[in-house]
Amino acid sequence: MFTIGDPLIILAQQLINGLILGSIYGLIAIGYTMVYGIIGMINFAHGEIYMISSYLFAIFLALVGLFGVSSVPVALLITLVVTLVITGLYGFSVERIAYRPLRGSSRLAPLISAIGMSLVLQNFVLLSQGANTQIFPSIYEGVLRWSMGSKDNFVQITYIQAMIIGVTVVSMIALNILINHTPLGRACRATQQDRTMANLMGINTDRVISLTFVIGAAMAAVAGMLITFNFKSFDFFIGFVAGIKAFTAAVLGGIGSIPGAMLGGIILGLAESLFAGLVNTDYKDVFAFGLLVTVLVFRPTGILGQPEVEKI
Amino acid sequence: MGPIVIVEKVSIRFGGLLALNEVSFQMEERHIQAIIGPNGAGKTTLFNCLTGFYKPTEGSIVLRRDGKSYHLTQPPMGSFRGNPAGWMGGFLRNLFTSNPIHRTALLGVSRTYQNIRLFAQMTGIENLLVAQHNSVNHKLLSGIFQTPGFLRSEKKALEKAWYWLEFMGLEDTANIEAGNLAYGLQRRLELARAMATSPRLICLDEPAAGLNRQEIEDLNRVIVNLRNEHKISVLLIEHHMGVVMNISDRVVVLDHGEVISEGTPAEVQKDPRVIKAYLGEEEEDAPPQSRREA
Repeated sequence: MFTIGDPLIILAQQLINGLILGSIYGLIAIGYTMVYGIIGMINFAHGEIYMISSYLFAIFLALVGLFGVSSVPVALLITLVVTLVITGLYGFSVERIAYRPLRGSSRLAPLISAIGMSLVLQNFVLLSQGANTQIFPSIYEGVLRWSMGSKDNFVQITYIQAMIIGVTVVSMIALNILINHTPLGRACRATQQDRTMANLMGINTDRVISLTFVIGAAMAAVAGMLITFNFKSFDFFIGFVAGIKAFTAAVLGGIGSIPGAMLGGIILGLAESLFAGLVNTDYKDVFAFGLLVTVLVFRPTGILGQPEVEKI
Repeated sequence: MGPIVIVEKVSIRFGGLLALNEVSFQMEERHIQAIIGPNGAGKTTLFNCLTGFYKPTEGSIVLRRDGKSYHLTQPPMGSFRGNPAGWMGGFLRNLFTSNPIHRTALLGVSRTYQNIRLFAQMTGIENLLVAQHNSVNHKLLSGIFQTPGFLRSEKKALEKAWYWLEFMGLEDTANIEAGNLAYGLQRRLELARAMATSPRLICLDEPAAGLNRQEIEDLNRVIVNLRNEHKISVLLIEHHMGVVMNISDRVVVLDHGEVISEGTPAEVQKDPRVIKAYLGEEEEDAPPQSRREA
């Protein structure tokens, strides 16, 4: 029925790969889109936060092992929580140190500050951890396979990839509850629409802005941990490319919109992997960015972005 | 019942412009007090000082609440050369404390604006829920996991939001985005939202602007009701004399940043200085400076 290299099999496999890649882009893009929504700046240091979370994850997993936690799920859980918290702290500090003092100045000032922060974080990791590519151990190996017709024809998804999709879905649900169904989320949306008025309602808008950075960083940390798990290698420079791609995803989906960021991420991931699988690997980025340009020509505010007014 | 607000010798200078010049007055608790004056008299500037947006160059504004005094104004940082220690103190305070505006809300001061500033993309009820931010459980984790305590506090907030919607006759707007409401409804919703913050003192900046006669009558009833039933002190800026003269207990008249008259509506109406400020000089050849001294 199916032959080796059947386009349908490749299509199915690339759809899965694209979904996984897209989930990661989407998770990182949330940080860009939330920060833009609330204070109207692009946090270029966000990609580095993602990179740092990879390092933190590996370091703390090793430390937890060193302290004699032998059960893998327990060790992972502890590491997960610690990494989330510390990455959140990084996000908080970046805002406090590099952006808050510049609030009220021209739009360009925090942008330059963000680029500076990105370089600082990158070089901090380069100096403290070295330039070598770090290797992460293999945990939870295994694949789910659906064969079609013959034994050599199959679509597969590794346990870790399945976990990526699962964790992304859970994170998105939690974020959705937070933004749409809790007072903190209401405060976020109010701050986004009219910061002064939110202040007058007794909302400490500085805290809300800090919270946005912490949530963004935590989402990037989730992505960083999942990617480390999946690719098992990372270096100090991974934040740059991932940051650019996620930023693209945020713009594609409509910057300022959280569902837009997720949708943009998935579209970008799917576009990339489908083009790579079915047409040409070398030009996948050209296709992805070409898609961005096309969308922006017809919808300058992105797919889910609203003209003039932004929604979180 | 004692004063709720004591404004003492408040001056504020924007570059060369003296927007407020030693403004002093008191406001009794559970009074409706109007601030009137020609355009550019400094009324809105005074409101901005009251709510913490502007720091007066000199003077103080004290809010009295439950027998305690709270300063609504922080002295500005001043110049480094004149007073290095004071400057450092101000600098450190600015570094370690976040901006103070939300604190005036915590002290029970609420305000509305001349131009409507609702959260346009939130529904009516959400606007009122946001206003209760400080009285609800807004912990991150209890919100995500929807704990029973959290749900209880949400339910209470929702009840209170409904109370104020009904009070203003806005039940139908609960699930409509505020930006899509008619102008009159938006004005009422803004007042409802200000009330949902549980204020002791509410500052209304031209609440009657753009309303028709019937709506103004409704507004008057509502404001009087707030004072009588809800024990709220109302400070309002208004140009519409039908509102000012009918419901105010006291009126303060500002002109060129100075208080030129104060008293009951009847007293103020007869005050020649007020008439002069509104209608101009009688002697055409008088030098312009003498207007201020008059």
